[in-house]
Formats: sequence, structure tokens, C-alpha cells
Amino acid sequence: MTQRAARPVSVAGLLPGAAAVAWVIGLIGLPILTLAAAAPTGRIVETLGDPYVRHVAWFSLWQAALSMALSLALAVPVAAALARRRRLVGVAMLLRLFNLALVAPAMIAILGIAAIHGHSGWVNQLLGVAGVEGSHYLYGLPGILLAHVFFNMPLATRVFLQAIESVPPENWRLASQLGMGPWAIFQLIDWPAIRRVLPGVAGAIFMLCFTSFAVVLTLGGGPWATTIEVAIYQALRLEFDIARAVTLAGVQLTACVLLSAVFLCLARGGGGILATERRAFARPDTDHPMTRSVDAAALLLALGVVVAPLAAVLIAGVNGASVAVLQDQVLWRAAGRSLSVALLAGALSLALGLGLLHGARMVRAEHGRVGLAGAMELVGLLPLITPPLMLAAGLFLLLRPYADVLAVGLYLTIAVNALMGLPFVLRIVAPAMRRADEETSRLCLDLGIRGWNRFRLVDWPLIRGAAGLALAIAATLAAGDMGVIALFGSQDTETLPLLLYRRMGPIRWTPPQ
Amino acid sequence: MIEIDDLSFAYGAMRMRFSLCVRPKECLALIGPSGAGKSTLLSLIAGFETPLDGRVSVDGVDVGAMRPDQRPMTTLFQEHNLFSHLSVEQNIGLALHPGLKLTSAHRREIDEALERVDLAGLNRRFPAALSGGQRQRVALARTLARRKPVLLLDEPFSALDPPLRRSMLDLVNDIRRDRGLTIIMVSHLPDDAAQIAERTAFIDAGEVVGVYETSLLFSDTPPPEIAGYMFRPAK
Repeated sequence: MTQRAARPVSVAGLLPGAAAVAWVIGLIGLPILTLAAAAPTGRIVETLGDPYVRHVAWFSLWQAALSMALSLALAVPVAAALARRRRLVGVAMLLRLFNLALVAPAMIAILGIAAIHGHSGWVNQLLGVAGVEGSHYLYGLPGILLAHVFFNMPLATRVFLQAIESVPPENWRLASQLGMGPWAIFQLIDWPAIRRVLPGVAGAIFMLCFTSFAVVLTLGGGPWATTIEVAIYQALRLEFDIARAVTLAGVQLTACVLLSAVFLCLARGGGGILATERRAFARPDTDHPMTRSVDAAALLLALGVVVAPLAAVLIAGVNGASVAVLQDQVLWRAAGRSLSVALLAGALSLALGLGLLHGARMVRAEHGRVGLAGAMELVGLLPLITPPLMLAAGLFLLLRPYADVLAVGLYLTIAVNALMGLPFVLRIVAPAMRRADEETSRLCLDLGIRGWNRFRLVDWPLIRGAAGLALAIAATLAAGDMGVIALFGSQDTETLPLLLYRRMGPIRWTPPQ
Repeated sequence: MIEIDDLSFAYGAMRMRFSLCVRPKECLALIGPSGAGKSTLLSLIAGFETPLDGRVSVDGVDVGAMRPDQRPMTTLFQEHNLFSHLSVEQNIGLALHPGLKLTSAHRREIDEALERVDLAGLNRRFPAALSGGQRQRVALARTLARRKPVLLLDEPFSALDPPLRRSMLDLVNDIRRDRGLTIIMVSHLPDDAAQIAERTAFIDAGEVVGVYETSLLFSDTPPPEIAGYMFRPAK
């Protein structure tokens, strides 16, 4: 549709959107430019050829591919089981625990996994009772995979389950009428639904694991099981080897952009299916003996992988709580810092998201610039391809000449985490905003309700629920941050995850020979 | 008097070009097949869509550069006429102050408008607690409170059952007489036009085919170009 700008438009209305775009672009662009400028050209080739750098890059890809494959392979039977057993007692609870695993702070989850799989964990204790010699299998690749599956299998399961449940209900009526067995139903109905969303989930999981930091730092157990994110941290914080940090950051950014492009291409063209009837029909495959046993196995597996670590944390927490712990000043100060970081980063994230969405709406509705509006919304997704440690490394180099980076560490942690929460905020708030727009935009135009009045009286009441959820998730993610704070943290700015990391007494990293 | 002069617009592959003249204080119905451009024409007049070319003027004043709320008109939509999270009083109050800072004079005006549409006392209700007909009446009360000389009706009553629709149109007609309003009404039901419109414009394929006295449409010799749309040949 061609449009002609006919009316004078307000510039002030564009300010929130412009400010949000400037903040995001600045906080991503400046660190990247700093890294590029700091790159000592002569040594780039040298460090690129460094076997350690090459090994780290290769290991990052390898563990991400394995984590992704394992998470997806486990998620398929679990999602199918949940779809068949939606009404089973405890399934709703299990799904809620899955949601918890999605936002659980990395250090907490790692604590839980260590309590199960560690040297004196549940598994080794059970083996001991059975008279089998326990083994150390947690540190290194197995630990990394266990943790990545803990975080990402629930994610994949949620998406798969949603895909299965969006199957038009009359398919189930047809399946009953045709007498399809459980395997035929899986092949012809469940699997095609899963396959449609598979590339998107696979891409997301791969990227999350590829840029994994806290899990690899704590469970990697040594220089040979390290991702690029961790290697950047080690180069900056432990070796002060800026050339290596810059090279690693460059490799990281290049890989993220390329991988995103590949997954974006793969995930394209997943068209929706149209439900033609609103009635619900029961699946005909819930009573089959085969699905009963398969589902029981899948749900037990989900319990072991996801619920057991959460339970272990809870039990350890209850057992460990003592007067001494509760009087620990260091703990309370760290908790206070974590709370502030979480709330400020969450609020900033929400403000940025609302600014972008408002700006996109303004340029779309009042200026008719549909393309520009789309670009503004895409800006909010940029943090998905710029890993936090890389940004933090850029900020580290950028600010080092002017300020004590460790002293302002908490502010940088807030700023970077606000950015990382932004895609989640947009994902949650944008649909609510779109719905509000569809219902009220003409009415607002007709009545002349604009600017602050429109936000206060119309938009906010309609999106408040979504905004609250977005704030909660962004704040939870920031509270669990154990990437940026590891780079900037010191005794004076220690947050809970950092304190936990220090007190867990991780295997200290020793530089390679 | 509303003059619509070569107002052009493109929607996808469809080109539209409208010219039309609405007399002061008349009710003009726009009828025609669905997809003909009736609602688009109304949106162009109201300012929700920007025309590629052409002009709309009200009493000789070009309104093209005005925002919808600055134009001397207000629209009653088919749905989403009310903010569901605001009370009846607040919904009407938005016509009086876009920031909802309501004075006691405003409240009196709200009460009067509600009384005029037979909903006195429902100030504190929310739209969800009203019937479809009551909701549209609240919306009508708000258009009264806005005191605009032109009322645009975009099929606001087509979801109501026939007796209710007739009584709503009667109410609109009474209000028009009281206030001296000019009304442009989009409808796909010739009966609606017969009830309150002096004249009817027939819209097809993005243009105004003709404007007729409404009584002519229901006579034994309707204009040949629209006879096929409106009526089966009478035996």
C-alpha cells in the first residue's frame, strides 16, 4: 500500500523509541567497535592459528551439537507422553517445574546437578548401597551435557507440546474413525507437528549451548572442556591476554552471526495450520499398552533429568539452613546486590522493550514506514546473536582507561543483562501490544487519545499482565547472571551466583602448558 | 455539506476512486457488495486511511491535513467501540477529556448522554456486563458527548437482531433530528437505508456508481444498474 504523508506528525512521540534504539545499538555497537579497534592485526593470524583457540572453537561447536541432539532426542518422547497424559495427576505440576527449569539460575541448577551426579551425590550413593564403586563422571563433557539437557530439554518439550496441541482437534476424530494405532498416530500427526517447529528450537538450543558460560566454567573442569565464552573470560581475567580475548570474541561473533543465519534459513516457511472446528476430541492412543509403557519411561526420565536436581537443591537448602548461615553478612549483602541487579535490569529491559514497541507503532501508524517499524523490532532481537561475555569484554576494554571497571561492575552487569532480557520481553509483550492495537487503535484516533494519555489509559491496562510476566522473567534471568558478573565482579560487588561459585570451590583452572 | 472529490486509494491490487456530495443534515446510506470499498470510503473520510490523491472538505474546509480527532466527525464502528477495561462513565468521559480529568460539569454531561440513550444509572458498569445493544448505545452516547456535526456509521448495528437494529436506527434518527447531524451510514442491508436514509449511494468495485433517492430503490422501477444487486425481479 502506498501512503502519502499528509499530516504533521509529532517528533516528541518518537523519543522513547529512538532512545531505546540508541541504547541497544550503542551497547552492542560500542563494545564490538572497541574489540575491533583493539585487535592487534599482527597477532590475529597468530592467535587464530593457536591450537588452543582452535580447540576451544571446535569444542564449543561439538558440545553444543551434542547438547542440542540429546535435548531434542529426549524432548520428543517426553512431549508426546505429556500430550497423551495431559490429565494425569502431576502432569500440570511437572510442566510448572519445566518452566522453573527454563528460568532457573545457572548456579542453582549446577548445584542441584552436582548434588545428584557429584562425587558423593545421589547416584554414587545408590551405587555404593548396591556395592558398586562410585565414579567421577561429573566434570568435563558429561557434566556439561547433563546441565545443558537440564536447561534445554524442558524448553524443547514446551515448544513440541504446544505444536502437538495446536493440531486441529478433528484430526483425533479422524484418527479414531480410521483406527490408527499409536505408531501411525505418532508418525502421521505428532511428528509432522513437531517437525514444523524443530529447526527453530534446534537453533535456539544450539546457540544457547554454544555460548554457554556458567555451566562450562563450573562443570567443564579444565582447559580442554572450554567454550569460547569461558575462554574470553579466562583470557581477560586470568591471563590478561587482550589479543587472545579479542580474537576469541571475533571468532565468537562471526560464528554466532553465521549460525543464526543458517538456523533462520532452516526455520523459515513453517506455515501455521488452521483449526476448522472448535470442538475438542480425545486422542485415541492413550489406552494402548505400548504408549502406557513408553510414556511411563519418558516421564520417569523427565523426573530424573529435570525434577531430581531441583529437588536436590531444595533438600540441600533445607538441610543446610542454619543460624550461622542466616547470620552470614556476606550472604545477605550478596543477596541484596542480586535483588537490585535483578530489579533494575528487569525494569530497564521492560522499558527498552516498551520503547521499541511504542516507537515501531509510531513509525508504522503515523509515518506509514512499515519497513522501519519492522527494523526497530528486529533491533530488540540483536542480543540473541551477541553473547554477553563478548559484549562485556568490549565494555571492559572500552571503559578500562576511564574507570575502575571492577568498581562499576554492577552497573555494567545491569546494563548487559537488561539487553539480554530484551528478546524475552519483546516475545511476551509484543503479542499483547498487537492485540491492544487491533482493538483500540481506531478508537484512539477517533477520540484523539495520544501519547502519554494513550499509554496510561489504554495500552498499560491492556498489556499490564504481559508486562508483569516479562519483568519477572527478565529480572529472574538477571538475578541468575553468572557471566558478566564473573568478568566484572570483585569482593565488593559479589552477587549470589558469584558467591555460590566461590564457595562451591570449583576445580581451579590451570593454564595449558 | 461534505464534498468528496476524486479521492483515490489502492488496497493491494484494487484501485479506488470516489466522488460524492453529502447534503447538510441528510442521512446518506452507502450500500454495495462486500469488498466494494464502502468501509474504505468511510475510513478515508474519517482520516483513518490516507488517500493517494483527492480531497475531502466539510463546509468548504479541506480536512485532509487534520488528524481524525480534529475533523468535525466521529465514527461508530461495527465492534471495539468501547475500551473493555474502562467503565461506561470513563468510556463516555474520554469524549470530553482525552486524559480522563473529569469535572462535575463533565459528569452531568455524561448523565445526560446516558439518559438520551435510555441507559441512565449504568455509569459504573463495565462493557462486559452489558448486552451487545447496550454497548452500542454507550458508544452512541459517547458520540453525543463529542458534539461533532457529522456521524459516520460503519455497520454498527449489523450484529444485532432485526427488532433491536430497527430500534437503534430509530434512536439514531431521533438524535439526528434533535442535533441536526449529518450521517453517512455503511450498510449491507437495504432495509437499514429504507428506514432512515433520504438518499442512498451505490458503491461497486471502488467507485460510486450512483446516488439515488432511497424511495426509488424500493419502487417498482429501481435504477437498472443496481436492480440486480438489490432485488430479484418482481413478478
